[in-house]
Amino acid sequence: MKQLLVFIRKEFYHVFRDRRTLLILFGLPTVQILLFGFALSSEVKDINIAVVDFARDNASQQLISKLQGSTRFRLQRAVLSYPEMETAFRRNTIKAALVFPANFNVDLLHTGHGQLQIIADASDPNTATTITNYLTAIIGDYQQELNQAAGPLPYQIIPETRMLYNPDMNGSLNFIPGVLALVLMIVCTTLTSVAIVREKELGTMEVLLVSPFRPLLVLIAKAVPYLVLSLLDFTLILLLSVFVLDVAVRGSVLLLYLETTVFIIACLSLGLLISNVTSTQQMAMLLSMMGMMLPTLLFTGYMFPLENLPVFLRWAPNVVPAHWYYLIVKAVMLKGLGFGAIWKETLILAGMSVALLGISLRNFNIRLA
Amino acid sequence: MQPPPASAQAIVCHELTKQFGDFRAVDKITLSVAQGEIFGFLGANGAGKTTAMRMLCGLSYPSAGQATVAGFDVYRQQEKIKQNIGYMSQKFSLYENLTILENIEFFGGIYGLSNQQLRAKSEELITTLGLHKEAKKLVGSLPLGWKQKLAFSVAIIHEPKIVFLDEPTGGVDPVTRRQFWDLIYAAADRGITNFVTTHYMDEAEYCNRVSIMVDGRVEALDSPANLKLQYHADSMDEVFYQLARGAQRGE
Repeated sequence: MKQLLVFIRKEFYHVFRDRRTLLILFGLPTVQILLFGFALSSEVKDINIAVVDFARDNASQQLISKLQGSTRFRLQRAVLSYPEMETAFRRNTIKAALVFPANFNVDLLHTGHGQLQIIADASDPNTATTITNYLTAIIGDYQQELNQAAGPLPYQIIPETRMLYNPDMNGSLNFIPGVLALVLMIVCTTLTSVAIVREKELGTMEVLLVSPFRPLLVLIAKAVPYLVLSLLDFTLILLLSVFVLDVAVRGSVLLLYLETTVFIIACLSLGLLISNVTSTQQMAMLLSMMGMMLPTLLFTGYMFPLENLPVFLRWAPNVVPAHWYYLIVKAVMLKGLGFGAIWKETLILAGMSVALLGISLRNFNIRLA
Repeated sequence: MQPPPASAQAIVCHELTKQFGDFRAVDKITLSVAQGEIFGFLGANGAGKTTAMRMLCGLSYPSAGQATVAGFDVYRQQEKIKQNIGYMSQKFSLYENLTILENIEFFGGIYGLSNQQLRAKSEELITTLGLHKEAKKLVGSLPLGWKQKLAFSVAIIHEPKIVFLDEPTGGVDPVTRRQFWDLIYAAADRGITNFVTTHYMDEAEYCNRVSIMVDGRVEALDSPANLKLQYHADSMDEVFYQLARGAQRGE
């Protein structure tokens, strides 16, 4: 036991003295989260917006002039019909449209309810969300002014939002579980495999194998620091998401940590497996980057919608652990679901972890015989 | 230099063989090494030295034959063997981004030395090598010669019965090599058996006895003086050349 602790301490020395490792460990997740978070959802200015005004009445004019007053929007007038609007969307000349129905003002005055429609181009989901938020705020403002003037009977304007091209808003906050999967994959798989292969390359592995230190313990000693560091990384990403990006964790944090540990074990096993079949650090790096990162990027579903995969690749996400982890985190973190909703995914992920761990341990033993 | 009395045998091999498919890497080698002896294990590249050494270190199982190392059987008692041997490979075998002290602590630690033993050993080792000023420096910043001497000292930190040295002085200048051999002599004086492979024939002269492997077989085994006599040669270099040029296997 003491030997194991000595070994683990040594691994931590390696990590904390290697600037590149540290950079991957802590720089990468920070940069990823901030890049994804801010590059995709920062302030949107100069939004080209079309107004389709079937009402042409007092209320619609007042709202339009409020829009014109906003610095965020650039109003495209004279779009009168739906087909013209759709063409404009397709040509990308507008990002959003505001549609007033024929009797907007009349409905509003007589029934107290006015309906209008916000249409946004959701192929870029973050921008679309931001735009609809701005518009809703402006409409809310106008409604409040009306109510202050009108007295007891409140007016209500109900905007109906339609997201073009991407009705489910795939990818809005989904990048956070995606980045989690990616970063953990990189940290565990790449760094673990490199840490082991480095010992082979330097010749220290031979010395370890000749020592009474058991080979299995070598693996454990290598895996434990990266398990700890990965959980630290996970915490870092969660904190960044909550405090910098304002993304609340809706579900149980404990459950998230447990699921993450299962995923980390899968990644570590992959790292061990890679270290078994390679003998240079570069090869290990290449294998884990190309062999693990690309599938993670392509098949988890946070960068590219899985529905767009060609038919012969539809099965692929099912064999990528990161895909299942992504589904789990999305469900727990963003949707606030409990274990009951994700037990199937958990089972699959756990099965993969156990299988990978078994295979890598078996291979390691064979190599020593 | 007189060989120590062959009272206890540190290594005994009898017709030890390693077969890889059709290829017989090690072909029925028979030899014994006495406790405290400095034994040179010579042979051209590809002669089977490393394979033989791996079997003796408990890293691979022999295909046939018997061998005991420190009195333990290479088939059944590999774990016991590992506790009683030290090993230094031709590749430099310390961690460059650990300090000298941390390397000592690590390798001492995995051999199960207690903290007290570790402290005493580190102090002794650093004093012997004169590394007081460098003790807290990263090993990577030391010159190669110092690293090699340190690696050797670390390889015997747990006072093994036998230390296996696989081309320990590769790439080191003659002066440092000489100093390295002083360390080997000192270890032998303490009763540690040194099993050394080398390509430097001047180093072969420093050994009590040497064996020369050709194509997987031990072709000659005696003290350097007797071998020179037997092969009518002035130096070990000539003895080696006479034997090795008959080799069928290349690298």
